[in-house]
Amino acid sequence: MKSLILIMISGALINNVVLNQFLGICSFLGVSKQMKASASLGGAVIFVMTIASAVASLLYNYVLAPFGLDFMKTIVFILVIAALVQIVEMFLKKKSPAVYQALGIYLPLITTNCAVLGIALTNVQNEYNFIQSVLAGFGTAVGFTLAIVLLAGIRSRIHEEDLPRPVRGAPIVLISAALMSIAFMGFSGLSF
Amino acid sequence: MNKYLERLYNGLIKENPTLVLMLGMCPTLAVSTAAINGVGMGLSTTAVLILSNFVISVLRRVIPNEVRLPAYIVIVASLVTVTELLIEAYLPSIYEALGIYIPLIVVNCIILGRAEAYANKNTPGLAVMDGIGMGLGFTVALTLAGLVRELLGAGTAFGYTVFPKEYAVGILIQPPGAFLVIALFIIIMNAIGIKTRQRQLVESDGCDGCCATCAMRCEDAKEEEK
Repeated sequence: MKSLILIMISGALINNVVLNQFLGICSFLGVSKQMKASASLGGAVIFVMTIASAVASLLYNYVLAPFGLDFMKTIVFILVIAALVQIVEMFLKKKSPAVYQALGIYLPLITTNCAVLGIALTNVQNEYNFIQSVLAGFGTAVGFTLAIVLLAGIRSRIHEEDLPRPVRGAPIVLISAALMSIAFMGFSGLSF
Repeated sequence: MNKYLERLYNGLIKENPTLVLMLGMCPTLAVSTAAINGVGMGLSTTAVLILSNFVISVLRRVIPNEVRLPAYIVIVASLVTVTELLIEAYLPSIYEALGIYIPLIVVNCIILGRAEAYANKNTPGLAVMDGIGMGLGFTVALTLAGLVRELLGAGTAFGYTVFPKEYAVGILIQPPGAFLVIALFIIIMNAIGIKTRQRQLVESDGCDGCCATCAMRCEDAKEEEK
């Protein structure tokens, strides 16, 4: 039990997927302009990453590994994630239009979000079982959401400032991300 | 200028994928802890990019337009798997250092971006030159970022000691240093007046930010709306 909680906390805070492992930078920089969009993307990522980790873990442990096909994992995972995103999109559109309205346009973006493929591959590398993989996926996605919402908050403040011209745009966002990353380094002292 | 050489110039300088187009930020930030990692990652990506551009260009009349993205992803993923196995066999130290970022070349925006923007419209010869140019541009930018971080953060260059470690700024080889060094690069580019796509990247709603495939999907969605 203790180790399961640790997996989640490690995914969310200690090894934060964006600020420590640099996965999903594109959407981290691209979508963090508005708080609302950031929160919606975060919700979509939590949704997809948890399901993708579960499916990838089942596929790897019960299909790829027993048949000695583990070298196929990259191809299989990327296709499964792409298909999964499509299915989730269609399912939400049909069954829950309200959620689809909120998350819809962000779902296709997630296919190429390297964080989703990254966490599926990391789970395999760490030899996690099914439950551990699901929790790691969920924790990581929560970490992503936390980082992007925090950055959106910072950026809404930056927007008001009068900055030197060369620093405007991407550089100041990257510098904010660096400061957040320093803050998150503090979590590395966290252990049970 | 010869149109083949023009491709090399385009990839290395005019449309440098990392510094001007701001593509492939994830590997740039992640593996630039040392110059040698930048070289390894850059050359692996270059190899995949040349081969994928070639295959996609050869098959450009065969692949139906509607299923082109899944087809490209399968081609790229196969090439990445081959590259990963080769690196694991022949360059174990690079494999160890780059770890999970080698399989993640699949989702590197540069590769699908070039497939969509160039390889599927041009002849194999030009597509290969485009791959070489873009790949080398990526390698140079990654190596440069790695060199700056390694030199200032650890006092070494390609593993050789330049000044004692006690004088180094350790934070630069930690994760925050990646953000700082890339921010510094863009500030320099802005200050000397080289136009980058960074404003578009940061101002976007995410869809035209970086990932070429998302951009294409958004275009498709926009067309559907019309």
